[in-house]
Amino acid sequence: MIIRSSDQVPRVTALKRFPVPRNFGVSPESRIEKGKTWSAPSGAARAKSFEIYRYDPDSGDNPRLDTFEVDLDDCGPMVLDALFWIKNKVDSTLTFRRSCREGICGSCAMNMDGTNWLACTRFISDLGMPATIYPLANMRVIKDLVPDLTHVFAQYAMIEPWLQSKTPDPDAERLQSREQRSRLDGYYECILCFCCTSGCPSHWWNGDRFLGPAVLLQAWRWLAESRDDATGDRLDILEDPFRLYRCHTILNCTRTCPKGLNPGKAIAEIKKQMIERQS
Amino acid sequence: MADPTSERTRPLSPNVQIYRPQLTSVLSIANRITGVVLSGCAVVLVVWLIAAATGPHAYAAVQGAIASWIGQIVLFGATFAFFMHLCGGIRHLVWDTVRGFELRSIYISGWAVVALSVMFTAAVWAVSLCMAGWNR
Repeated sequence: MIIRSSDQVPRVTALKRFPVPRNFGVSPESRIEKGKTWSAPSGAARAKSFEIYRYDPDSGDNPRLDTFEVDLDDCGPMVLDALFWIKNKVDSTLTFRRSCREGICGSCAMNMDGTNWLACTRFISDLGMPATIYPLANMRVIKDLVPDLTHVFAQYAMIEPWLQSKTPDPDAERLQSREQRSRLDGYYECILCFCCTSGCPSHWWNGDRFLGPAVLLQAWRWLAESRDDATGDRLDILEDPFRLYRCHTILNCTRTCPKGLNPGKAIAEIKKQMIERQS
Repeated sequence: MADPTSERTRPLSPNVQIYRPQLTSVLSIANRITGVVLSGCAVVLVVWLIAAATGPHAYAAVQGAIASWIGQIVLFGATFAFFMHLCGGIRHLVWDTVRGFELRSIYISGWAVVALSVMFTAAVWAVSLCMAGWNR
């Protein structure tokens, strides 16, 4: 099956998950236990099961997997609608981030049926039975579907994501030609939802030092910027066996980006520029 | 409510345990596994060469091991690993020039790697089995 865009849901994959034990390499506090089942309301003609990762920091218990049966005739079409339906009608303690509900804020990024996407732009009908919903993969969990993004935002700060110009401030805007501006297309649209970083196996194993696709895409956005004068300094920050070169071009990032962007290509552009400045 | 100052380690959300295998990640790990297999095969190749240099008895012993059905399965797997790693390596070389990064191109080149490794392996074995048949 040839995938043309990242919004195509993998319907036919031989395996739903890699053939590793459920608790493969999992530390004791992260082990997932069996949770509760909440049946559909009586009279629900079309019920769909959602297996949802739950973690309550106040209880002192381990994370668990709860099963909710959602009445689809009473619920909107998107996964975020199903989460709201559960929160409003079944269990008000279900916790998740959301804001814009139209795919521009990046708050509701989570792992649905094994791939990362935004809950507000993923159709319930695209998910299997039962649908499985986890927080973004490989993140410390604050509560339920809310991941702790402190580390990835610290990595983002590391690349100094702001304009660094050595020319004196002009009286008006700093202008760009159409060509200069078009170099940012496909990169400035990033909403920092971290779907790609969370889906990157290299970041799973070396996330403490590897910056990950989202941050490296932003790094390229500033390297490609015609008004920026800090290109050399920016490349110096990235020139490191881990920060940049732990990218092994797996390309899970490009496969999963809910905005259809191409972090893999951005990283290849950085590597190419790194070589070009040596010659 | 728990004391907010108490330092309980937050659980890590699952990663490889739940993430769906896709062509991108499966071919990446396949490229690594075939690379490891080929490193092992290089040792076998050296053993074969040393045996050939040592004398007819040593050579016959190693040749007998390769001719056994286990040896033939290993040799077949090594052939496939060789072509898979070769095709995957060429794909990576093209990527290093920042070409073929559109998702459609990634999938076309990915399936091409799978198809070509199968075809090359089949071709090599068909030819070598034919030649073995003629020599018999």
